[in-house]
Amino acid sequence: MNNKYNMPDDRGHFGPYGGIFVAETLMPPIQELNEAYQRYINDPEFIAELDKDLKYYVGRPSPLYHAERWSRELGGAQIYLKREDLNHTGSHKINNTVGQALLAKRMGKTRIIAETGAGQHGVATATIAARLGLECVVYMGAVDVARQSLNVYRMKLLGAKVVAVESGSKTLKDALNEALRDWVTNVDNTFYIIGTVAGPHPYPAMVRDFQSIIGREAKEQCIEATGRLPDALVACVGGGSNAIGLFYPFIDDASVKMYGVEAAGDGVATGRHSAPLCAGRPGVLHGNRTYLMCDDDGEIIETHSISAGLDYPGVGPEHAWLKDTGRATYVNITDTEALEGFYALTRMEGIIPALESSHAMAYAMKLAPTMSKDETLIINLSGRGDKDMQTMAKREGIEL
Amino acid sequence: MSRLASTFEELAKTGRKALIPFITAGDPTPNFTVPMMHAMVKAGVDVIELGIPFSDPMADGPVIQRASERALAHKMSLRRTLELVIEFRKTDDKTPVVLMGYLNPIEAMGYEDFANAAQRADIDGVLTVDLPPEEGSECSALLKARGIDPIFLLAPNSTDERVQKMDLAGSGYIYYVSLKGVTGAGHLNITDVENKLKQIKAHTNLPIAIGFGVKDAQTAQAIANVGDGVVIGSALISKVEANLDNPEQASKEIIELLVSIRQALDN
Repeated sequence: MNNKYNMPDDRGHFGPYGGIFVAETLMPPIQELNEAYQRYINDPEFIAELDKDLKYYVGRPSPLYHAERWSRELGGAQIYLKREDLNHTGSHKINNTVGQALLAKRMGKTRIIAETGAGQHGVATATIAARLGLECVVYMGAVDVARQSLNVYRMKLLGAKVVAVESGSKTLKDALNEALRDWVTNVDNTFYIIGTVAGPHPYPAMVRDFQSIIGREAKEQCIEATGRLPDALVACVGGGSNAIGLFYPFIDDASVKMYGVEAAGDGVATGRHSAPLCAGRPGVLHGNRTYLMCDDDGEIIETHSISAGLDYPGVGPEHAWLKDTGRATYVNITDTEALEGFYALTRMEGIIPALESSHAMAYAMKLAPTMSKDETLIINLSGRGDKDMQTMAKREGIEL
Repeated sequence: MSRLASTFEELAKTGRKALIPFITAGDPTPNFTVPMMHAMVKAGVDVIELGIPFSDPMADGPVIQRASERALAHKMSLRRTLELVIEFRKTDDKTPVVLMGYLNPIEAMGYEDFANAAQRADIDGVLTVDLPPEEGSECSALLKARGIDPIFLLAPNSTDERVQKMDLAGSGYIYYVSLKGVTGAGHLNITDVENKLKQIKAHTNLPIAIGFGVKDAQTAQAIANVGDGVVIGSALISKVEANLDNPEQASKEIIELLVSIRQALDN
C-alpha cells in the first residue's frame, strides 16, 4: 500500500471533520500549543523523557492478557485483553496526561486545568500535576461529582481543586464548557489538558498520538503471542481516546477489523443514550466538527449512560471519519448489556472492569462467538472498576 | 452600502459613538423580545445584537448562559429568533440587527438555508462566536452575497496578522473583546484597550465596537472614547434576571441604563 493513512491535514481536518472552531481569544494559545506540539513530538529528548515516565511512572508496557477461560466459555475467538486497567491511576488516561503535562512544563505553563466525566482523566491529571508541582483545577459536572465521589476525593488528596459545574446538564460536556471558559480567562499561564480526542486541533491528533502507545504495544505483543496480527479490535467510545489509541497503529492493516462501542444507555430507540456515531448527526461543538447528539435546531441533547465516562454528546472527529470511510464499525451496547459484560469478566477472569470498558466486554461477548477459535480478538480494557464500586453496590441494594 | 456601514458612517460624521445593546432572543419569554427591541431603539441605541440561544455557550459568562437556558426552556431556537426579527421589522426598517450566536444551530439549519432565512428576516450582520475566518469562508460568502455582513471578533491577544485577516474576512464592524475572559467578566482595563485599539486601527478601517465587561455609563464612556461603539450585554440581562416575576420592571431598568449610557456617550 502506498496510500498510507496520514490524517489529519495541517489544519486538523479529518475529511469534513475536526478543524478549529473556537472564539478568537483561544486562537493564539491554540496556535502556540500546536507549534510546541509539532516541535516536541519530534524532539528525541522529549520522547526519551516521555518514554521514561511511561515505563517507570505509569508502569508500561501494559500486558496483553490471554483470557483463556472466557474465550473457551464463549466458544469463539481467542480473546486478549490490553490491560490499561493496570496503569498507574487505573486507566489509559494517564498515557495522555503525562504527555501533555511534560509539554506544559516545556512551554513554561504553571497551571493545569482539565475536564472530567468519570473522574479518571481528572485523577490522571491531578496525579501528574502533583508530581510536577503544577497548580491543578479540574472541572466536573455536578451530577458526576455525586456519582463518582471516590474519584473526587482522590483528586482532592492529590492537591487539585475540583469545581462542580452546575450549568446545563451538569455532566461532561458542561465541564468542558467551563474548562474552556477558564482557559479563555487564564490563557497566559494555563495549559488545558483535554482528556479525549475531541476539542480543536491539535488536541484530537495530539491525544491520539499520546494514546497510540496502546496500539503499538498491542501489535507487538499480539505478534509475539500468536505470530500474526489480530483479526479484530474492540474498544468503548465516549470521546474515543482509548479506542483511537488502540486502533490508530492498525489503520493501514486492512485485515484487522475495528469495532468502536458506544453507550446505548436505555437503548438507542428510546433516545436516552450517548451514541452520536450510531444515532447522531454532524455538527460543531467544543472546537471541532463531528457527529453530535443534537436536535433539529442544533441544540445539544442530554445524554444518558450508566458510565459517566461515556456520557458525552460528541465524539472525536477521527472516529467520525473512520465511520464515514467504513474503516471502523461503530456499534452500541445498552446499560443492561454493559452490566452483563461487567459481571462476566469479573467472574470468568477475576478482573473487575470499569463500567466504560464493560461496554467493550459486552460487545465482545456478541462478536467472539461469531469468530473461529484460531482467530484473535483484542479488547481494550481501558480502566478498572474500583471507581464504580459504589454505583454497583447501590444497584444491588447494598450499602457500603 | 449596508445598513451597518451607513449607520457607522452617519455616526462618524456627527462624532457620535454607537450604542449596541445585546439581549438574548426569547429571554425571559419570547413575547418580551420585540417590544424590548422597539423600546431600546426609542432609548437611542444604534444597532441591536440579538443572541441566538444555544445549549452550550462556551464563550459566555453565567449571566448570558442562564439567559440562553431561560429562552430554551420556552423552546426558543434560531428559526424562532428569525421570526422575532421579522416581527420587529414590521415597524422598524431602519435599525440594524445583528444575530450573535454559536455555529451549531446554523449548521443544523444548513448554511444556505440560513443565509436565505436571514435575508428574508432583513438581518444586517451575523457574528458566529466559534467560527473563525479560517473555517468560515463558505458561510461568509453566502451571507455577503445577500448583503449581510459577517462580523468577526478580535481579542487582546490577537496578532497583527489576525487583525489583517479579520479586516479581509469581515464587514460592517469588528467586535473587539475587551478582555481575556467570558462575557460579563469584571476585569476591564481601559488603558490596555486603548493601546490595543491603536494597534488594530493601524490595520483596518472597519469600525470597532468594544464589548465584554462593559457594565455602566462610566465604563461605556471611557471605552467608547477609544473605539467606535460599545456593546453592553450582561449588564442588561442582569436586569432581566433580577426581575423575572416582573418583566415590565426589567424593561424599565434596561431602558434607564441605556438612556444613562446614551447621555454619557453623547457628552
